[in-house]
Amino acid sequence: MESSPTATATSRSAQPVEIFRYDDQIVRMFVVATALWAAVGMLVGVIIALQMPFWQANLGPYLSFGRLRPLHTNAVIFAFAGNAIFAAIYYSTQRLTKARMFSDLMSRIHFWGWQAIIVSAALTLPAGITTGKEYAELEWPIDIAIALVWIVFAVNFFGTLRMRREKHMYVALWFYIATIVTVAMLHVGNSLAIPVSFLKSYPIYAGVQDALVQWWYGHNAVAFFLTTPFLGLMYYFLPKAAERPVFSYRLSIVHFWSLVFIYIWAGPHHLNYTAIPEWAASLGMVFSVMLWMPSWGGMINGLFTLRGAWHKLRDSVVLKMFVIGITFYGMSTFEGPMLSVKTVNALSHYTDWTIGHVHAGALGWNGFMSFGLIYWLLPRLWRTKIWSDRLATTHFWIGTIGMLLYVMAMYTAGVTQGLMWRAFDETGRLAYPDFMETVIQIVPMYWVRLVGGTLYLVGVLLMIYNMIMTIRSAPKDLPDPAVAVPAA
Amino acid sequence: MKKIIQTDGRHRKLEGWPLVFTLITTASILVGGLVEFIPLVLVKSNVPVISTVTPFSPLELTGRDIYIREGCNNCHSQMVRPFRDEIERYGEYSKPGETIYERPFLWGSKRTGPDLARVGGKYPDLWHVRHMQDPRSTSPNSLMPPYAWLLEHELDLSKVSTKLARLQLLGTPYSDADVTAAEQSARAQAAAIAERVAADGGPQGIENKEIVALVAYLQRLGRDLKAASAP
Ligand code: HEC
Ligand code: HEM
Ligand code: HEM
Repeated sequence: MESSPTATATSRSAQPVEIFRYDDQIVRMFVVATALWAAVGMLVGVIIALQMPFWQANLGPYLSFGRLRPLHTNAVIFAFAGNAIFAAIYYSTQRLTKARMFSDLMSRIHFWGWQAIIVSAALTLPAGITTGKEYAELEWPIDIAIALVWIVFAVNFFGTLRMRREKHMYVALWFYIATIVTVAMLHVGNSLAIPVSFLKSYPIYAGVQDALVQWWYGHNAVAFFLTTPFLGLMYYFLPKAAERPVFSYRLSIVHFWSLVFIYIWAGPHHLNYTAIPEWAASLGMVFSVMLWMPSWGGMINGLFTLRGAWHKLRDSVVLKMFVIGITFYGMSTFEGPMLSVKTVNALSHYTDWTIGHVHAGALGWNGFMSFGLIYWLLPRLWRTKIWSDRLATTHFWIGTIGMLLYVMAMYTAGVTQGLMWRAFDETGRLAYPDFMETVIQIVPMYWVRLVGGTLYLVGVLLMIYNMIMTIRSAPKDLPDPAVAVPAA
Repeated sequence: MKKIIQTDGRHRKLEGWPLVFTLITTASILVGGLVEFIPLVLVKSNVPVISTVTPFSPLELTGRDIYIREGCNNCHSQMVRPFRDEIERYGEYSKPGETIYERPFLWGSKRTGPDLARVGGKYPDLWHVRHMQDPRSTSPNSLMPPYAWLLEHELDLSKVSTKLARLQLLGTPYSDADVTAAEQSARAQAAAIAERVAADGGPQGIENKEIVALVAYLQRLGRDLKAASAP
C-alpha cells in the first residue's frame, strides 16, 4: 500500500514541501447519491417482485411490469452500483496517485451529468421510451449524453494519473483503467442506431448480429461495470479496513490480465442453443469456463488478505460486509461458468435460475461491497463516528438473511420450472402442456423472494437512517484534507 | 514469466507507464471483440437465407414497436430452442434466417410467460383482443398484466412511413412505393382485422386503436417459416 504521506513530510522536514488537498466533497456527493439510488432502485425491485405473483399490482401503463423492470435494472446497475464505484474511484485514485483529481469542474460535470442521465432514465422508461435491448434500454439522446459524461470522467481520471506523485500504479488503478476503456467501447459499439424521431431509433444491427452484439455488451457490462471496478474497490478498501497488505502481488498481475483478456470472449453464453452460429456458441462456452480461474484468483487474493486478521471481523461491520461480498463473488463466478455449460444452460436458461444467479452477484457482491464501502467512508468523510454500530450490524444480518431467502427461492423456482417444462409422461406427451401449470407451481417461491427482497431493502433503509444521523453529528466545516509531499 | 511478475520485474516498470498500460489493456479487450465481430459482419453465409422470410408490414412494424414499448420481451422469449420438449410445446425451432429484419432482436432472456415465436395463427384475432384486455378472461390463472389501454389509445401512424424509410436505409428491402404507401397499407390491414374481430362478436371500431397493430404483429410471428414448409 502507499506509505503514509504525513510521515514522509516530517521525516524530511529539511526539504521544501508541497501542500495539496484531496477533493473529498465529490466523494461525499457520490456516497449520498449511492444511498439514495439504492433505495429507489430496490424499491422498484420490490414492486416488480410483488407484481409477478400478484398481477393486481400493475397500476396502469406507467407502472406495469414490462416498463418497470428495465427501470429496476437501470437504477440498481447504473445509479446504485455506478455511484458506488465512482465514490470508490474518486476517493482511492486521489490517495493512490497522491494528487487531487485533475479537474474539479470535470468531477462536478461527471457527478451532475450522471445524475441527470439517471433522472432521464427514470422518466423515459416508465413512459415506454426504450430500445428494448437489455441494460441498454435508454434511447439515443441519452446514450449520447452517457458517452459524453463518460469521456469527461475518463479525461479527469487519466489526467489525474498524469499528475500523479506516486511513480507506480497500484493494482486498484489497473482495474479502473480496464473499466473506463472497456465500458466506453461497449457502450458505443452496442448503441449504434439510426434515429426515427427524437425518442425512437432502430439499431444498425439486425437479428443474429444484433443478438451477438447485445450480449457481447450485456455480458461485459456485468464484467466491466459490476466486476472490475468492484475488484479495484476491493483491492484498495479491503487492505485498508483489515490493515493488512494484499495477499499476493503476483496473483494480482496474473488474474488481472487473464480476466481482462478472457471476459470479452464469453458473451455468447447468453445465447446457448439459440439461432447463432455453432462456432460462436462453443467459443463462448470454452472461454466462460476458463473465466472461473481468474475470477477465483480475485476471490483468493481478497479472502487471503484477511489471513491473521479474521478476529477483526467480530468488531468490524465493514469487514463483515466485505467478506460476504467476496464470498458471493466467488459463488457467482463458480455458478456462472457452470451455467455456461450447454447441458446446464439447457435447463437454466429462461428460468428463475438466471435471476438467482444475477442476484447472488448483485445483492451479495455488488450490494455488500458497496455497503462496506459506505460504512468505511462515512466516519472518514464526515470526520465523526458512525452514529450506531449496532444498527449497522443489524443491517448486515437483515441483508444477509434477505439475500439468502431471495436466491434460495429463485434456485428452487428455476430448477422446478425448468424440469417441468421438459417433463414427458409415459405416453411420450408433455407432462405439463399448460404453461400456467408450471407457473402456479412456483408462485409460492415468488412470495418468498418478495419477503427476502423486502428485508434486503429494509437493511438499506437502516443504512440510510444511520447515514443521516451520522452526517447530522458531523462538524459543520469539512475542509478538504491537506497533504504535504516533498516538493519536486 | 518470473521476470515479469516478480516484485521488481518488468510488470513493475509497466505500472509506471499509464499510457502503455492503457494501450495494452485496450489491445487485450479488442482481440476477443474482433474475433467474434468480423466474421459475423463480413460473412453473409453465417446466416442462411430463407426465401419466405419477408419484412414486416407497416402495421406489424407499428405493433412490434408497441410490443417493445410495453416491454413484453421482459416476460416472453421469441426463440424456440432445438429440444424435443420445446418443439412439442411451441413448434419448429427458430432459425437464424428468420430474424434478419428484426431491429432490435427480441429473443428475450426470461420466460415468465410462454415463448411467442410461433404464436401467429394459434388463436383467432378476437382471442388476442380479449387476452390483452384482460388475460384472466382467456387464461384463468394468468399472471400477465392487463393492457386494456391498448383498446383505448389512438393508433399513431404518423411516423410509420419514416420508420420504413429508415429501415430501408439500413438494408431492409422495402420499395420506395412501400414507404410512400405505408400509412395507407397500415390502415387497410387494420380495417381488415377490426372487421374480423367485430364479426366474431368482439368490440366494434378498433381499427384506429393500438390493439390492432399489436394483434397484427402477434399473428405474424412464426408465419414466414410455416409458409416455407408449406408445399
Ligand atoms: C409479467 C409478465 C408478462 C408480461 C409483461 C406480458 N406477459 Fe404475456 N403472458 C404472461 C403469462 C404468465 C402468460 C401465460 C398465461 C396467459 O395466457 O395469459 C402469457 C401469455 C401470453 C400470450 C399467449 C401465449 C400462448 O401461446 O398461449 C400472448 C400472445 C401474450 N402473453 C402476449 C403478451 C404481450 C403482447 C405482452 C405485452 C403487451 C405481454 N404478453 C406481456 C406473462 C406476461
Ligand atoms: C431489494 C432488492 C431487489 C429486489 C426485490 C429485486 C427484484 C427483481 C425482480 C423481481 C426482477 C425480475 C425478475 C424476473 O423478471 O423474473 C429483477 C431483475 C433484475 N435485477 Fe433485481 N432486485 C433487487 C436488487 C437488485 C440489485 C441490487 C441489482 C444489481 C446491482 C439487481 C439487478 C437485477 C438485474 C440485472 C435483473 C435482470 C435479470 C435478468 O434479466 O436476467 N437487482 N430484480
Ligand atoms: C465467471 C463469471 C461469470 C460467468 C461465466 C457468468 C455466466 C453467466 C451465464 C451463463 C448466464 C446465463 C445466461 C442465460 O442463460 O441467459 C449469466 C447471466 C447473468 N449473469 Fe453471470 N456469470 C458470471 C459472473 C457474474 C457476476 C459476478 C454477476 C454480477 C454481478 C453476473 C451477472 C449476471 C447477469 C445480470 C445475468 C443475466 C443476464 C440476462 O439474461 O439478462 N454474472 N451469467
